[in-house]
Amino acid sequence: MSFLEFHSLEKRYGPVAALSGVDLAVEAGSRTAIVGPSGCGKTTLLRLIAGFEAPDSGRIELDGEVLAQEGGSVPAHQRSIGLVAQDGALFPHLTIADNIGFGINRHEAGRDARITELAYIVGLDKAILKRRPHELSGGQQQRVALARAMAVKPRLMLLDEPFSALDTGLRVSMRKAVAELLEAAGIATILVTHDQAEALSFADQVAVMRDGKFSQVGTPRELYLRPKNRMVAEFLGDAIILPASLRDGFAQCTLGRIAVETREARDNARIMLRPEQLLLKRTAREGMSGTPDMLFGEVVELEFGGPTCMVAVRLLNSPDPPDAAAIANTPLILRKPGMDAPTVGEIVRISVSGKAHVFA
Amino acid sequence: MAHADDNTPLFRFPGSRLRGACRLMPSALPYAETVTPLTLVGSGTRRRLPLSWMTLAALFVSLFALLPLGFVITVAVQSGWETVLTLVFRPRVGELLTNTISLMVLTVPLSIALSVALAWLTERSDLPGARLWAWLSVAPLAVPAFVHSYAWITLVPGLHGLGAGVLVSVIAYFPFLYLPIAASLRRLDPALEDAAASLGHAPWRVFLRVVLPQLRLAICGGSLLVGLHLLAEYGLFVFIRFDTFTTAIVDQFQSTFNGPAANMLAGVLVTCCLVLLAIEVLVRGEERYARVGSGAARQLPPVRLGRATLPCLALMALVSVLALGVPFLTIGRWLVAGGAQVWRLDEIGLALGQTIFLAVAGGVLATVAAIPMAWLSIRAPGPLQRVLEGCNYIVGSLPGVVIALALVTITVRVAIPLYQTVFTIVTAYALMFLPRALISLRASIAQAPVELERAASNLGRRPLNALWVTTIRLSAPGAAAGMALVALGIMNELTATQMLAPNGTRTLALAFWAYSGEIDYAAAAPYALIMVLASMPLTWLLYVQSKRMAGR
Repeated sequence: MSFLEFHSLEKRYGPVAALSGVDLAVEAGSRTAIVGPSGCGKTTLLRLIAGFEAPDSGRIELDGEVLAQEGGSVPAHQRSIGLVAQDGALFPHLTIADNIGFGINRHEAGRDARITELAYIVGLDKAILKRRPHELSGGQQQRVALARAMAVKPRLMLLDEPFSALDTGLRVSMRKAVAELLEAAGIATILVTHDQAEALSFADQVAVMRDGKFSQVGTPRELYLRPKNRMVAEFLGDAIILPASLRDGFAQCTLGRIAVETREARDNARIMLRPEQLLLKRTAREGMSGTPDMLFGEVVELEFGGPTCMVAVRLLNSPDPPDAAAIANTPLILRKPGMDAPTVGEIVRISVSGKAHVFA
Repeated sequence: MAHADDNTPLFRFPGSRLRGACRLMPSALPYAETVTPLTLVGSGTRRRLPLSWMTLAALFVSLFALLPLGFVITVAVQSGWETVLTLVFRPRVGELLTNTISLMVLTVPLSIALSVALAWLTERSDLPGARLWAWLSVAPLAVPAFVHSYAWITLVPGLHGLGAGVLVSVIAYFPFLYLPIAASLRRLDPALEDAAASLGHAPWRVFLRVVLPQLRLAICGGSLLVGLHLLAEYGLFVFIRFDTFTTAIVDQFQSTFNGPAANMLAGVLVTCCLVLLAIEVLVRGEERYARVGSGAARQLPPVRLGRATLPCLALMALVSVLALGVPFLTIGRWLVAGGAQVWRLDEIGLALGQTIFLAVAGGVLATVAAIPMAWLSIRAPGPLQRVLEGCNYIVGSLPGVVIALALVTITVRVAIPLYQTVFTIVTAYALMFLPRALISLRASIAQAPVELERAASNLGRRPLNALWVTTIRLSAPGAAAGMALVALGIMNELTATQMLAPNGTRTLALAFWAYSGEIDYAAAAPYALIMVLASMPLTWLLYVQSKRMAGR
């Protein structure tokens, strides 16, 4: 029995199915990210967990207590589930101190001390407490929203794209700070985001969502390296997907013979490589002759982007002639360090590191 | 004057936002100055000239608009301290003050409660036919306040005094509160309510602690508008025999012309207005209530009323019957009773013609007078412009009776040939409705950023031509809308028209007033009907505008 469980949750808005059968288990104190393109139903799922809406069918259980099932739903204010919304949703008519203390009874002893403590925990200066939300920067607003949600000692924390309104540098540091803070407090967390990098780096468990269903649930590493299908693979990062025939633990494809995890034999398989698995080594046109088992390509396009640059490589030869024509027209797009990048027209030797992933 | 005065507080929100946007302008100025010497040597001075003309014109209009205030002060000074004391501190003034304060203290809170309830039901609940009820909650504005009163008095002839005043005032004026409150409710960020719920607050506490405080701006603005109308209204209170400062001033004026007694009462009335403005500023505070975050707000699912649906529908129906059913039934009843003979077409045609003439003239004058001010507030905002604009709004909030009294006194003393001329009455209209024209114009000039004009010049248009094809073309619809608002306000104006119009003038409002004064309610009915029908577009415009304010 996990800390939080959903069983076949369904929710429809008129003719549109926002959720069609979602199951998930979240362990106590863990971090889960739900990631998917906009409109996939992830915000609806979050609203069901928070209790703003009731599911049409299915069950939500938190710590052994049924929060929602057919015919009944615990209202949001009785659930003790924290929420940090996309833009913080701070109350504009209240000071920061009153925002943080909103969930604490006004007559409770030690309320002020608790507010100060919370502000300290989320890294806010004490002087800020007297100000109003609009006088704060975006990052500060998010910290206040987090402190406000933590004030009521929630059993579960929901983060609804809380970092997407921040600029890049701040986003990374806030994400790290929030993850550490919630871990230290031992609060299980669910993050909803459309940013795959954020999901992969934040969570212990990632669920990729599409069309109201989870496509795959697993650890970030598992999802990135062993995606179930093309959609998951491409959603979590750039992917090179090739037709191949499998034999004896190797795949034969336009990039030659590549090791795979499986030993099964299959003719019409599809394999996936992450672009960072392809290594480029500079060579010259003369170096190509007399090495039939090696793979060469020509750099046809280069886009400099600072630390990394985008390199487009057109294959010059292929050990797998039938498909060569097809792949030769679509260059491989790789990201390489900006330092020492090849130039357009250069010939490179291509090799593959690690194993390819085979789609079932 | 049911719709007299301005709708300032209703629209204060976008106005102040526009002002913020204009701060971008100065950054563009240095660029223009460094560029001009290179291109056209003379154009630098030529470009600055219209601006200073504009400033002068705005200054002139604002000073002119301050005439009524100046009049009140001058009269007080000229009468001497002794006279002021004896005229102000007497039982009659105390009586009027008690009446006015009781009226305010009862009407405003009742209107707030009613409007919040109606706005919540139409905007936030799953009340069947919410859109229809929303429109019906605004529609009473189409009925001039004195027509409301006329309807009630012919239905319940014994109606009079404070209770009657409160009843009819709430019915006639609550839409001024309903409109901004409903717009604010629609614009509120539902994420805030979600956040409050997730922090453990039950729905009714969320409403009290999160929703209601955010309606403060709308409630303040609407209450001010209702309060100013209560101070300025004449016809409504005469029907039900309830004395306010305005009715007392008109009475005094009719018996002793512009004697010191009437002038002193006007002074007290102006003080009341200023106190009201000050209270509103204090209560409103400097807080910011806008959404803090970015992005589009999600729409909240409507609250299920369940078993409360029927009582809520009953409330809606009751309000609609009182605010719309009574006037329409009464007018209908008198029209039926009067039959064909009350439609004295020559007379009605004449009144309609005069009304349209005055309305159009006043609308044009108000709009023209508003141009310099509107231009300045968008293109060259600064401390001077803020002061001038503030003057215009204060004058716009003065009751028509004060403006009329001031113009009567001034024309009689200084320019007797202008007394009771079309010129004077149109000037009075322009002063009274200047804020209406100003708001529309300002919003529409803001739609035409100076960059467009520069772009047109860059593409080879001459300065005047550039101005014509960009700014003037773009702000024309706003100017027209402002003109329409002013014209419709003039159409239902009674007090100032009565005091200032040339002898023999018979507008719709005056004709209605004359007949109902003779208890010939049937003969008054066609005029009431025409005024209501003519006010429909204005009401529709306000309704649509409030929707647009909320981004829908």
